[in-house]
Amino acid sequence: MTQLLAVAIDGVIYASWLFIIALGLTLIYGVMKILNLAHGSLYALGAYAAASLVGYWLSAGGSPYASYGLLAAAALVVGLVTGPLIERGLLKHLYGRDEIVLILVTYALFLILEDMIKLLWGVESYVVSEPYGLLGNMSFGPLDYPVYNAVLVVAAVVIGAAMTWGLQRTRSGRMLVAVIHDREISAAMGINVQRMYLVTFTIGAVLAAVGGALTAPTVSVVPGMGVEVIVLAFAVVVIGGLGSLPGAAVGALLVGMVRSAAVHYLPEAELFSIYAVMALVLLVRPKGLFSAAEVRRI
Amino acid sequence: MVNRRGIGAALPLGCAILGLAATMPASAQDRPVKIGIVTFLSGAAAGPFGVPARNGAEILIEALNAGGKLPTPYAAKGYGGAPIEVVFIDEAGGTTKQVSEFRNLVQRQNVDLVIGYISSGDCLAIAPVAEELKKLTVFFDCGTPRIFEDASYKYVFRTGPTATMDNVAAAMYVVDLKPGLGKIAGINQNYAWGQDSWVDFDASMKVLKPGVQVTTSQMPKLLAGQYGAEISALLSNPADVVHSSFWGGDLEAFILQAAPRELFKKSLVVLTAGEPALHRLSGKIPDGTVIGARGPFGVFAPDNEMNRWFAKAYEERYVVSPNYPAYKMVNALLAAKLAWEKAQSGAGGKPPTNEQVAAAFENLSFDGPGGAVRMSLGKGHQAVMDTAYGVAKTVGGTTQIVDVKRYPAARVNPPEGVKSEDWIKSGFKSR
Repeated sequence: MTQLLAVAIDGVIYASWLFIIALGLTLIYGVMKILNLAHGSLYALGAYAAASLVGYWLSAGGSPYASYGLLAAAALVVGLVTGPLIERGLLKHLYGRDEIVLILVTYALFLILEDMIKLLWGVESYVVSEPYGLLGNMSFGPLDYPVYNAVLVVAAVVIGAAMTWGLQRTRSGRMLVAVIHDREISAAMGINVQRMYLVTFTIGAVLAAVGGALTAPTVSVVPGMGVEVIVLAFAVVVIGGLGSLPGAAVGALLVGMVRSAAVHYLPEAELFSIYAVMALVLLVRPKGLFSAAEVRRI
Repeated sequence: MVNRRGIGAALPLGCAILGLAATMPASAQDRPVKIGIVTFLSGAAAGPFGVPARNGAEILIEALNAGGKLPTPYAAKGYGGAPIEVVFIDEAGGTTKQVSEFRNLVQRQNVDLVIGYISSGDCLAIAPVAEELKKLTVFFDCGTPRIFEDASYKYVFRTGPTATMDNVAAAMYVVDLKPGLGKIAGINQNYAWGQDSWVDFDASMKVLKPGVQVTTSQMPKLLAGQYGAEISALLSNPADVVHSSFWGGDLEAFILQAAPRELFKKSLVVLTAGEPALHRLSGKIPDGTVIGARGPFGVFAPDNEMNRWFAKAYEERYVVSPNYPAYKMVNALLAAKLAWEKAQSGAGGKPPTNEQVAAAFENLSFDGPGGAVRMSLGKGHQAVMDTAYGVAKTVGGTTQIVDVKRYPAARVNPPEGVKSEDWIKSGFKSR
């Protein structure tokens, strides 16, 4: 029973973490049809910025409780600066090119950003674990979990709900949905598609940075941390269906639960489990669980 | 007036002298010894391992080139009087890239020897290539015992002990510390290093405590970073001892995530490669954690003249204390110096050939900053050393190591010609 409970809790925590990161990736793909491989670097930038800011704050004697606000601030700054910079400075000039070309461009960007991180922060690790343990623990039978994990779950739910509300209930959101469905018709109807691209990429960048900033207190922030994440986030959005918001949620939950069950019951299969799920889903639904029916254009 | 006949006679003579000079061997002091040093300069292994190793190399090479700064027998300048020239190569990028880089070092950069490699996978890939190119190659850190147990090499040496020693000594230490233990568990990275480490520790525990039960063996992906589920599995399958060979960012993340969940209070956690984390997580490592340094390095290093010199020079330049990869790099450079100079002396003072240095390297014994090193395994190509383990204790906000126990090399390494796995299963028989 304890083990089943542990599987469920660990699965939800892992899924929340993955969802925040995968959401930005799937949103950018849904609107812009760009599989942004630099998403992992934006996640890493968020983590480094958060670690630096919180580290500086704490070493200056600041209140540890304020560090939660600083994590969010660091993510916002990274996302709001890098998002428009990348979209306006680079991607804007490449719209209309083949998707493969854009993948290669974002891969190149990923390599550049990884080196930039090394130039700015060096190869040493950064540790700011204070926010992780500050809120104490919650107990589930014999298992203790830091309350910070609950913060992560709540953050994922709030971000997911806000995004759903934004897309379904606001004018801008509906225009964005229109662009997702058909970019040309949307433009013909007077929607400023270029502006939508800028907003979408910036939101995606902020989400990646939020993922990194929220992760920073739980890990040692090291070079290359974005590489692992992009592979996992990619698996999530492929399972859920590229560009689908509910798909990202279900994909993250599926990956989280399967991985957690593997760790508890069959640890030797942990490495393989996520990709086994991905392969199975693609076997049954080649475009992912929540892929929309595609209109055939003649 | 120019004597044309004189010029005619002098020209062939001059050419002959120049030609003779060209064919004469250069004196050992004329030509620098070019060393290719390969270590992680980027990626997750750079911060904890690669960069400290490079820092150690830079400090030592500067001192050697200046001459007279090191204690005997290392006081002579450079390698046999010749200055050392160094080419640093990044070990990141995988084995295929490393094999190409190695060939470049040998065939295009014409290095005299190569020192390097932290990853066991890289060592396994480079060894046959070094042999093919007949290039003296010294591995300084990689741990897999398979290199000299599964093959035999003429030009390849390893001056660092194998991972077998780490795990056998770890098992001995935890049994001493907790004699009544009955259950063990593990969390190791899912690749050669983690798997081999767990196999050796598990087998050693079964010899030392027959009937010991394994509650769970977790093998997360290398660089996974998130270990929430694995920590839950370790907590819900409680064990007296949890073994981990985690390193770098993975190790730090595991400590940061497991400590608040009280895993370190509920089980005795042994971290075989935990020493580099002492510097980075000082004050954050839970008291009672068993820490190893893959040999008598860092906090476990003996108080000898070489160690005093090295630790002081390193701290003066980099503020922090040197960790075990830095010590192991220094060991490799010092061993190569002694072998080079021994070979040079045998060659009448001329620059020695790779064959001469390799012959001099075999069965070499020397004292480094970590104490005595004997190249006594793998037909004289593999080093053994004493090792040590201790327990973390927070004193005044910083982590210190107490209850240090030392294990002689002969007790924690197999005898020559016996495979590590067979030796452990035999009950550590010394023949």
